[in-house]
Amino acid sequence: MTAPAKGEVLVAGAPGRGPALVLQAPISFWGGVDPRDGRIIDVRHPQHGSVVAAKVLFVPATIGSSSASSVLLELVRAGVAPAALVIGEADAILLLGLIVAREMGWEPPVAVRLDPEHFASFSGHAVAVGGDGTLEIVEDGAGE
Amino acid sequence: MSLVLAADERALAAGGDGKAMAMRIVAESARLLGASRLLPIASAHIDGGLYHGDSGTLFAERLVAEGARVAVRSTLNVGSLDLAGGCRVRLDEPQRGMARRMMRAYVALGCEPSWTCAPYQAGHRPARGQDVAWGESNAVVFCNSVLGARTSRYGDFLDIACAVAGRAPDCGLHRPENRLARIVVDVSGLPEAFFADDTAWPVLGSLYGRLVGNTVGVLTGVRGAPDEDALKAFGAAAASSGAVGLFHIAGLTPEAPDLATATGGLAPEARIVVTAAMVADSRRRLSTAEHAGRIDAVAIGSPHLSLAEFDRLERLIAGRRLEVPLFACTGRHVLEALDRQHRRGPLERAGVRIVADTCVVVTPILADIKGGVLMTNSGKFAHYAPGNTGYATLYGSLSDCVESAVSGRPILAEPQT
Repeated sequence: MTAPAKGEVLVAGAPGRGPALVLQAPISFWGGVDPRDGRIIDVRHPQHGSVVAAKVLFVPATIGSSSASSVLLELVRAGVAPAALVIGEADAILLLGLIVAREMGWEPPVAVRLDPEHFASFSGHAVAVGGDGTLEIVEDGAGE
Repeated sequence: MSLVLAADERALAAGGDGKAMAMRIVAESARLLGASRLLPIASAHIDGGLYHGDSGTLFAERLVAEGARVAVRSTLNVGSLDLAGGCRVRLDEPQRGMARRMMRAYVALGCEPSWTCAPYQAGHRPARGQDVAWGESNAVVFCNSVLGARTSRYGDFLDIACAVAGRAPDCGLHRPENRLARIVVDVSGLPEAFFADDTAWPVLGSLYGRLVGNTVGVLTGVRGAPDEDALKAFGAAAASSGAVGLFHIAGLTPEAPDLATATGGLAPEARIVVTAAMVADSRRRLSTAEHAGRIDAVAIGSPHLSLAEFDRLERLIAGRRLEVPLFACTGRHVLEALDRQHRRGPLERAGVRIVADTCVVVTPILADIKGGVLMTNSGKFAHYAPGNTGYATLYGSLSDCVESAVSGRPILAEPQT
């Protein structure tokens, strides 16, 4: 097991733990993730068919629409959001979905920024993300 | 630099009502965007009234319930239903009801029920240099480029939050240094006849967006005098093929009286010379059904048609009847004029289906035809129709569109490049 890493908290939220899902390509949430069940529906995405719900989702970069925030808000409301979001660069449009969720009283997962070069070390494991941005592998070999 | 709120902004954000909620959303976004302060805004154009899911409706209704009202003039972009035009939208319950509730909630917040993506042709024209918070990509690019007002690209939730708070983050295209052109796109090598063709500006816009992405650029070497409808088509096509929020045209748009002013006197990062071959390639890309032997529908009006564009449509139809439906998307500001001038009835009897308040690529209006072919003169429709409607596209001029609708099969005149 590696030492805990420390990410920068972008949007405060509930700490989360779950299998790591490390995206291998940038994703557009609008048109790329089904807001009803969190499945990746973009057929051109290498992880098409994977589900983001209850995962610690590592997102190297985002692309596309100004409606990404709506999709993330829908995921939170439907209870199929990632357990935590770890992103390579702050995307104000996507993260707005979490900010609005908190205002609506739907507790969002914590979102932290971490250098994507560290993402691979979490792949294949279960990960816990603390409210302070700490990332820790809690169970080897339990990720996707 | 971290965000510092003014005393009145801090006081507002600390409240328990809808306005406080809006101020917190603006401030949190400003922090994520790296802005150091908020700016007062003069107006807003709200794209949030399009139904993407129940949470958007519940958010707008929460703002209403908490007593929020827009603090500045706010027009509404299209919704998911045609409330004024009488065109049947094939949206089923419960989505239909939620879409209607959402549209009602935005009006209850004090937004004008303009329901158009061309608010700048419906009397909403902020002055040059004014800070505003506008949403919808074509409205944003027109507002920045043609009117010279200043807006970043505002998306769902943030547009209405800015309108209620009366503030926007001081960053992006609000800041003069970010409005200078960094790429020069030279079209002086294109033949004069190209600029006289009515497909010139949407085709050029689609190419321009792919060339510059989200960088501010300036076009040089333009011949002729493109009117507002041409600039509208250019901006809409550029904003759908790239993330263009602001363009300049040397000698034409307000922040580009000449090339040196547009670039701020700085050397551009890149200079791209547009060739006839690049334009021809751009035109080809707008059709995904190039060899189609049939068309199932024609759609025009993205962005929404102006009254002047209806004048041209009527002249081209010239009293004939259409064999396939031609969907003409527009706003109620134009519909009211058509009604007043007794022009709507003859258009509809000829086979024109007038769509108001919405359009054919954002909500299900087109018949559900497997492998259907949609003909259009709009670069923006051509970009979004395949993904959003399942129709393949055939791109042509307005004249091509009308002749094809009259004869019931694709008719394409030779383009000028």
